[in-house]
Amino acid sequence: MTSFSWDHFLAMGGYAAYVWPAYAVFFVVLVADYLSPGLRRRRNLRELRGRLARQAARQQRNPSSP
Amino acid sequence: MANWIPLWVHKLSSPPNFYRFAGALRPWALVLALLLGAIALYGGLVLAPADYQQGDAYRIIFIHVPCAWMGLFIYGVMAVASFITLVWRIKLAEVVAMESAPIGAAFTFITLVTGSLWGKPMWGTWWTWDARLTSELVLLFLYLGVIGLYHSFEDRRQGARAAAFLAIIGIINVPIVHFSVNWWNTLHQGSTIRILGPSKISGDMLWPLLTMMVATKCYYVASLFGRVRTDLLAMESGKDWVRQIAESAQEGRR
Repeated sequence: MTSFSWDHFLAMGGYAAYVWPAYAVFFVVLVADYLSPGLRRRRNLRELRGRLARQAARQQRNPSSP
Repeated sequence: MANWIPLWVHKLSSPPNFYRFAGALRPWALVLALLLGAIALYGGLVLAPADYQQGDAYRIIFIHVPCAWMGLFIYGVMAVASFITLVWRIKLAEVVAMESAPIGAAFTFITLVTGSLWGKPMWGTWWTWDARLTSELVLLFLYLGVIGLYHSFEDRRQGARAAAFLAIIGIINVPIVHFSVNWWNTLHQGSTIRILGPSKISGDMLWPLLTMMVATKCYYVASLFGRVRTDLLAMESGKDWVRQIAESAQEGRR
């Protein structure tokens, strides 16, 4: 290759239909893997806050309960 | 705990300490993974010449092979952490083992799909039941089995022990995947990179491949630490340090 050309690069010597989907799968799967624990974490913390709030409310109504 | 283990290891493996440590290290691991990944992709997709037999289709190698290595590497980590889980019952080892499984499954899935996309133009088929492909599929099923078994128990720690047992038994598949191309001569090509002796690949193709290998290792650290942090919070949700995080996260949003 003498100089870089986008058309030549994107064509992948005729194998674009195989090379680019392979790279797309690589990125999509890893991005999904990276983001998934963040969603779980936010849900867990929300649940925990709800539990703590309920606990505090119960204690206010009946100070002798645990 | 056994007294030959240094004190700092013991301290680091306590959930709140590891939570903070992982949180500090994770962004750096991700930045390193993205940087090295970008360099590797530039080297592999732009700088490296086309293959004399396979043309540009061979460029799938720059993700296919590093992902395949990661599938095996992560299985090894998972099996070792599983062993520690069963013997010493260290919470952190349990979380590392169980949270490695989805990442390993992701890499193994990518390996199978990219291999299929490479096989179609080169072999004329998306799939063949040869030794390498079949044992790689078994690897994916082992990962899915570990994930499924872990989540099928009401008690998480009990589930982790059952899944750790499966992970240890399944390690027998790892050498089968690795050596399958030597033991059975079928469609899948032999190994190109050898640790002992010269590799059968030119330098301008080799360095992007090795750079991507390091990038995927860094990615694994970043992803694993994020997952471990989430799991530690869930596991210790009754403890004060988690309560503080939950309350400060709420203030941060307001």
